Amino acid sequence: MIEKVLKGSPKYYVWLAFLGSLIGLGAFTYLFQMKYGLAITGMSRDVSWGFYIAQFTYLVGVAASAVMLVLPAYFHHYKKFKKIIILGEFMAIGAVLMCMLFIVADMGQPQRMLNVMLHPTLNSVMFYDMLVLMGYLVLNAIIGWVTLECERHDVEPPKWIKPMIYLSIIWAFSIHTVTAFLYSGLPGRHYFLTAIMAARFLSSAFCAGPAILLLLVFLVRKLTGFNPGREAVQTLTKIITYAMAINVFFFLLEVFTAFYSGIPGHAHPIAYLFAGHDGHVDWITGAMWIGATLALLSLALLIPPSLRDNEQLLPWSLGILVLATWIDKGLGLIIGGFTPNPFEKVTVYTPTVPELLISLGIFAVGFFVISVLWKIALDVKKEAGHF
Amino acid sequence: MKRSRRQFLKVASLSVLGLSAQLAGGAIVSAAEAPAYQPNEGGLKAGRWAMVIDTRGFETAADFEACIKACHQYHNVPNIPNNQEVKWLWTDKYEYVFPDDVNEHLSESVRSRDYFVLCNHCENPPCVRVCPTKATYKKPDGIVTMDYHRCIGCRFCMAGCPYGARSFNFANPRRYLDMGAINAEYPTRMMGVVEKCTFCVERLAKGQLPLCVEASEGRILFGDLSDPESEVRKALAENFTIRRKPSLGTQPGVYYII
Repeated sequence: MIEKVLKGSPKYYVWLAFLGSLIGLGAFTYLFQMKYGLAITGMSRDVSWGFYIAQFTYLVGVAASAVMLVLPAYFHHYKKFKKIIILGEFMAIGAVLMCMLFIVADMGQPQRMLNVMLHPTLNSVMFYDMLVLMGYLVLNAIIGWVTLECERHDVEPPKWIKPMIYLSIIWAFSIHTVTAFLYSGLPGRHYFLTAIMAARFLSSAFCAGPAILLLLVFLVRKLTGFNPGREAVQTLTKIITYAMAINVFFFLLEVFTAFYSGIPGHAHPIAYLFAGHDGHVDWITGAMWIGATLALLSLALLIPPSLRDNEQLLPWSLGILVLATWIDKGLGLIIGGFTPNPFEKVTVYTPTVPELLISLGIFAVGFFVISVLWKIALDVKKEAGHF
Repeated sequence: MKRSRRQFLKVASLSVLGLSAQLAGGAIVSAAEAPAYQPNEGGLKAGRWAMVIDTRGFETAADFEACIKACHQYHNVPNIPNNQEVKWLWTDKYEYVFPDDVNEHLSESVRSRDYFVLCNHCENPPCVRVCPTKATYKKPDGIVTMDYHRCIGCRFCMAGCPYGARSFNFANPRRYLDMGAINAEYPTRMMGVVEKCTFCVERLAKGQLPLCVEASEGRILFGDLSDPESEVRKALAENFTIRRKPSLGTQPGVYYII
């Protein structure tokens, strides 16, 4: 099936070349980082994790979201999703790869990264995060490839793939739970130290990931005529809507606990994000308000059935949702966790241009992988007459 | 053909098995024969090292400067002029060092004084808990120290430390050192690794006290917390002391006499 990568329209090649140039730009900037160190980023002694780790966290959610298709299809025998499951699984592969690249980009000594495996450290959550990410990558690659091969030959998938699919469902929950544990187990970081972190991560993943998937599917429908099925789109949109409502609710729980308890440490990070702290009002405040507004707007556009089922409006609603969740997790989470610092002082973090270029390169790698995998999947579907 | 291949595989696998058994056996024997690590006989030993800082004795900037300079110069700590700096021992105001313990009507002398800040060498160090490579580890005597050569620079320990005690070498630290005037007895670090105060573990091994303790002229005490007769235990029994963020349960090994 791999040969499908090689035969495509000129548009397809232009798209890959465009991504390739972004990858080249990112790789070149990364060489710069290798030489001068993470000093070229906006990170500091106080805000020691930044844009890279935030993107890693967001993309773990995107990867985990494939389960929102797999679970209804295999647990509840909801057949309408079967057509797009493979796209979700292939998107997860791209997302996990981006996660791994963001971690590598964030390391001070990337050439030593095998130390995590050479000296397995059972008390570190990072060890388990590595295990679950790699496991999820392998699971999705095997499941995706085998089911697609069977679709091509128009046969039922082999029996042994079923247990793997069930395992991948549990695994998807585990990747985002373990990633949340990276944060929620840290003493003294008030914004992270909350038992609801894993639940928040999962709720935001299960709205943002499928939203990105649907947006990509709409794009593919325009380009190739692939039809995911009206009912599949509507069901997935309902899942997205519920997950987003729960996501917003969970955030409000944090706000209540922080401000009604009146404990300064718990209130300060949220206060910093939305109103500034100790006289500091930085760019993140504006971004957070935009994020909060977009979150509510997305709910207003998705909850009423008449608006939700309007296919003209839907891509906009989903785009707004993706932006809102990205601001919450791709910016606010890390900055709120590290500001104020352990001395209750504010050090402003702003990503630098090289940092953004490297991130852009990694995103391009992810989109490249997803493009190529989806190309294979869609070509196979077309040949098999499953469009 | 088929038969000879099977025979070949049989012979080959048996030879590999025999060879590896011999190698493994040899390795075990040579490990047993290797001389065991012997600590320096003159080294200082303790059940639990701890530090007691008499903050009443530190008034002027010069009082602090002597200790900081002794530490940073000996350990080749670079002087980086931005917020990607490296610090092992530094000072801050009461409200920042003890942010959970701010009384609005604190005595003026307590409020305005500076306080030393350094790694607390916690009993339950979060940095050791989170480190994915054991690059940060706790010795049996309570000192939390670093293997710079194993650190992958993930900075999980910096996120984990509730005391802001760790620094990361964002850039090559040697660019910020006068390489002609460095202390050759202590290594400089490389780019991309985390570092922090080590309670001068390398000096203790030679029978010497930490540099800040020496430079403080009796205002910083250092000793064995598990020994009731030690200087630090006596100081703790006779004075009111506090520690940073005790509610987190990390059990810091640095005590402040206020």
